[in-house]
Amino acid sequence: MIVELGHYALIMALATALLQSVLPIIGARTRDAGLMGVAPAAAIASFVLILFAFVALTVSYVTSDFSVKNVWENSHSMMPMIYKFSGVWGNHEGSMMLWLLILVFFSALVAFFGGNLPATLKSNVLAVQAWITSAFLTFVLLTSNPFQRLSPAPLEGRDLNPILQDIGLAIHPPMLYLGYVGFSICFSFAVAALIDGRIDAAWARWVRPWTLAAWTALTAGIAMGSYWAYYELGWGGWWFWDPVENASFMPWLAGTALLHSALVMEKREALKIWTILLAIMTFSLSLLGTFLVRSGVLTSVHAFATDPTRGIFILCILVAFIGGAFTLFALRAQTLSPGGLFAPISREGALVLNNLFLTTATATVLVGTLYPLVLEAITGAKISVGPPFFNLTFGPLMIPLLLAVPFGPLLAWKRGDLWAVTQRLYMAAGAALLVSLAVIYFATGAPVMAGLGIGLGVWLIAGSLTDIAMRSGVGKVALPIMWRRFKGLPRSAFGGALAHMGLGVSVIGIVAVTAFATENVVTMKPGETTVGGPFTLQFEGLKPNTGPNYTELQGRFIILRDGQPVSHLTAAKRVFTARQMPTTEAGIYTNGANQLYVALGDELPGGGVVVRVWWKPWVTFIWFGAIFMSLGGIVSLFDRRLRIGAPAKSRAPAVAVGQET
Amino acid sequence: MRKLALTLFAVPFLALLFALPAGAVTPDEILDDPVLEQRARDISAGLRCLVCQNQSIDDSDAELAKDLRVLVRQRLVVGDSDNEVIGYIVSRYGEFVLLKPRLSSKTIVLWAMPVILLAVGFGYVLLGSRRRRTSASATVLSVEEQSDIKKILGSREGDQL
Repeated sequence: MIVELGHYALIMALATALLQSVLPIIGARTRDAGLMGVAPAAAIASFVLILFAFVALTVSYVTSDFSVKNVWENSHSMMPMIYKFSGVWGNHEGSMMLWLLILVFFSALVAFFGGNLPATLKSNVLAVQAWITSAFLTFVLLTSNPFQRLSPAPLEGRDLNPILQDIGLAIHPPMLYLGYVGFSICFSFAVAALIDGRIDAAWARWVRPWTLAAWTALTAGIAMGSYWAYYELGWGGWWFWDPVENASFMPWLAGTALLHSALVMEKREALKIWTILLAIMTFSLSLLGTFLVRSGVLTSVHAFATDPTRGIFILCILVAFIGGAFTLFALRAQTLSPGGLFAPISREGALVLNNLFLTTATATVLVGTLYPLVLEAITGAKISVGPPFFNLTFGPLMIPLLLAVPFGPLLAWKRGDLWAVTQRLYMAAGAALLVSLAVIYFATGAPVMAGLGIGLGVWLIAGSLTDIAMRSGVGKVALPIMWRRFKGLPRSAFGGALAHMGLGVSVIGIVAVTAFATENVVTMKPGETTVGGPFTLQFEGLKPNTGPNYTELQGRFIILRDGQPVSHLTAAKRVFTARQMPTTEAGIYTNGANQLYVALGDELPGGGVVVRVWWKPWVTFIWFGAIFMSLGGIVSLFDRRLRIGAPAKSRAPAVAVGQET
Repeated sequence: MRKLALTLFAVPFLALLFALPAGAVTPDEILDDPVLEQRARDISAGLRCLVCQNQSIDDSDAELAKDLRVLVRQRLVVGDSDNEVIGYIVSRYGEFVLLKPRLSSKTIVLWAMPVILLAVGFGYVLLGSRRRRTSASATVLSVEEQSDIKKILGSREGDQL
């Protein structure tokens, strides 16, 4: 019964979304407060309806109701509860439901917190959100209905793909979608501004918290996905330049650019047209990612056998939204007045440089991802574009950008003094150089590039510390004043510094693991030892074990250092009963920032087993860096100025309250 | 493998959902000469596993990937240079096998794109800033305009603007 109600709620939500698509726009045109008032009410109604549908689907998963086709296909009664729950979005239909839920969640947030927005802007934003909601609701209802019943109901489900039976599934997709879909708000704001034909610094101030929130979630989501792939897939890679990864990475790159250009727009009213364009591009890339992944058009390992109707449907949505937005942009951009002036050497100039490199990098990833597809369509020639290509093009683009990062926050707005900033950064540069030399000198056989790479990471970290130190007036004012200034710094200053620092931490992790990781593939019999970094690994033997819905063969190891046992780890090969699908559970021993990573291979006739041992120095820095970046985003979000919203109100809240009443 | 690849995949962005578990190179494949073995690994990392897609033969457990790895090592042992080995594999399996496409008329756009975009971007920004500067200097008023303004302002002095 609840399944049918869920289906019904989805249809109701479509009706609501259609109303929300049309009425508020008319209201904004005719200044009809009643029609404009439909927007927030409809947005909240859509959210409640889709939430109900989502809960209905969740209930049928949790109760293992195999009369629902979607549940039968992707669940199993023996599965642990957490996977029954997260299995809701572990499939096409369910993940589209999650996509929709998060979309309307953001609309509802705008409806709820958008009290300080001008009424017409708010109506237009919510209407544009409703266009997206309507399009995807139609898609779900027509091609991907999760509520389809089976009759007679099967007794047992076909189980969730074993690789997905992991805590990662509970966290990664929701985080990723929060980011991915969160950028829809920026898109809606941009389109609404174009419809209005009016845009100013206040617009940027309203958009920035949404961008920040989406970016923060996306950063955490991508990092989580990377770590999940790292420990689940059993060969220790953390980024594969897979088209599906690229699909999530492109919005991140564009979103990072947007975050920075919105800063310029908010503070200096410059780069307006560019910021609008970036806002449109970022969400367009999210849509493109959804298309690439959901249609199975890419010959990726993710390619899923699906009928082309879905692909064509999303392609139509894609073309309509991206095409429509860009057409509107072309028509309206000229009417937007250009903003403030600035010299090339200035904070604005630095942020333009940031945008230049980030958008070029985005385009490089985009071209690399789509090129084989387009080339095959045009000439029939089949080529591959893989990791070596991306490393060779993306890497060099990042180096100048990363080198420039510490300069940006120290430069003054409008007109900066590069020489003065360079002088302030001498300590950071010194630290970076020192570390580089130390790495090259002490690490035996270390390539010079590795030393320089780690130096680059130190440069980023020291640079952000310098930023905070300079703002607090270190070396200029007395200690108590310094402390007061430090405490008085806006949260966004800390957020920015934290994010840049995180970038440095990630760079160090990436460089270290690329340059210094060692791999050891051996055949081991019980009692034998092998080496992994500074540790010795002693194989104890294989032991069978049974889990709730799988059987496994566990390989037990003792970790020794200087002959003394320090820890132990277990690596396993699992076979999931329902699908008879094998997976590898890597054994990971974390030592400081380093990891010892062990995966089991095949058993050999002579009684031995193939064991792969990786020593991955500093590998956890990769993800810790991303956590720092996300934390930076969160800290910035709590900046007082962003919470209050409109600039006029922060200066005179009393007046603002008076005006509202 | 094929069956796996055809399974409905679920979560959108987890990398390599259908990759077979565990790394690929097995102890029996490894060459005794560590220098030669390292070369083999480097070459393998750039060659695509044709049946698993988007995985290099160095990462794949597929039978064909193993055959290719062994082939690469055989050629190296015979004394081929890296380029000769890659050339040999390409002659048998086509350009598709290369994860880093060779520069050719077909791939020139791919390789040139980052450089072109960066150059165009820089050009645009520089032109823009120059244009803005000239338009800014245009706001400096000429002598006649200034005297005009003086006249207008003078006539309005009593208006209390």
